[in-house]
Amino acid sequence: MNEAVTRIGRAANGITEELGRLAAFAGRILLVTLRPPLRFGEFWAELFKIGVLSILIICVSGVAVGMVLSLQGYTTLVRFGAENSLGAVVGLSLIRELGPVLTALLVTGRAGSSVTAEIGTMKATEQLDGLRMMAIDPVDYVVRPKAWAMAVAMPLLSAMFIVSAIGGGYFVGVHLMGIDGGTYMSSMENSVDFENDVAGSLLKAAVFGVIVALISTYRGHQAQPTSAGVSAATTSTVVLASVTVLVFDYILTALWGV
Amino acid sequence: MSANGTRDFITGLFVLVGLVALAYLSFTVGGLQYSGDGGLPVYALFDQVAGLKPKSPVEIAGVRVGQVSSIGLDETFRARVNLELDSSVKLPVDSSAAIVTAGILGDRYIQLTPGAEDEVMKPGEQIAYTESAMVLERLIGKFLVNVGDKSKDEDSDAEDKEGTP
Repeated sequence: MNEAVTRIGRAANGITEELGRLAAFAGRILLVTLRPPLRFGEFWAELFKIGVLSILIICVSGVAVGMVLSLQGYTTLVRFGAENSLGAVVGLSLIRELGPVLTALLVTGRAGSSVTAEIGTMKATEQLDGLRMMAIDPVDYVVRPKAWAMAVAMPLLSAMFIVSAIGGGYFVGVHLMGIDGGTYMSSMENSVDFENDVAGSLLKAAVFGVIVALISTYRGHQAQPTSAGVSAATTSTVVLASVTVLVFDYILTALWGV
Repeated sequence: MSANGTRDFITGLFVLVGLVALAYLSFTVGGLQYSGDGGLPVYALFDQVAGLKPKSPVEIAGVRVGQVSSIGLDETFRARVNLELDSSVKLPVDSSAAIVTAGILGDRYIQLTPGAEDEVMKPGEQIAYTESAMVLERLIGKFLVNVGDKSKDEDSDAEDKEGTP
């Protein structure tokens, strides 16, 4: 009995400690951000790796998701004779929900894992220690540009995902299913609202960007300095970031209805 | 160095394309209005606005000239509908507003019928003449009452009076 209670307590303490360390890590990133030099060159290079190199997967996935959403939406709506609302269904579900969430999951797999692996490998090969020896803070020099690039890239990629998905949905709805193109666009434009839908979508994407940025850099920074440690850290980034994104998605929707 | 320049250029392009996508979602799909000149705010009081929502269109002769900015209740429990018209619209003061439906179950919108006066409405003024939304259930109810037998008729007539504001 005592044993079990102790074990629960230890687990709870472990989670709390981990969260505390994560918060302290986030605080350190913020702190070094406020301290010049800003090192825009590094940030720009990371934005290229995280953002630009993710465009292809984001746009291809976006078109595919938009097409299947349009197809599924059509077959459902046509039963009620409401196929003219297809644009509203596709637009609202993409902007409010699928765009930010799927982008976050894709970016986690595509870029978050590589961020963790890179930082973890630098730690395993003692490059972070090398930086410290030269009186350079690794959080400042290595972690900060990656974290900010991730947080900045996410809303932009999410917007690209949504736009390409709307295009894919348009193709299936208008060219394959024969809905009028103007009807598709106007039902979307009439039902999507800036404050409730687009701003909420942006907020979600920004929050997810911060979550993925924090978890992927933190996991890399905390990785055991062995090859097994780096591999475990990469796995745990993908799992933890994906689950956290989905949980936060529900929380954001429930609290602010976005 | 030139390789870096190319990379930076592509990254800059990425940021710009992302922002364009955001702008498209905000302005075209999301209908965010660039409120430069503010438009012409007027309001109207209705007995019944069921089905009308903020952002519902306002039309004259089928042409969109503005939208519903907000809906509230005034102190006499009538619905106060604030309209935001394009500032280019010169609306005569004796114009009237009606809530109509696109199709039999479609969205509600406000139809303005311009009056004949020379004087035009100024910002913040009230559209005096209004015609409320028709509620389909109530119409069906009235129809059923009319075809029903006499005794039932009186019963639901009394009920109907209660329901009418």
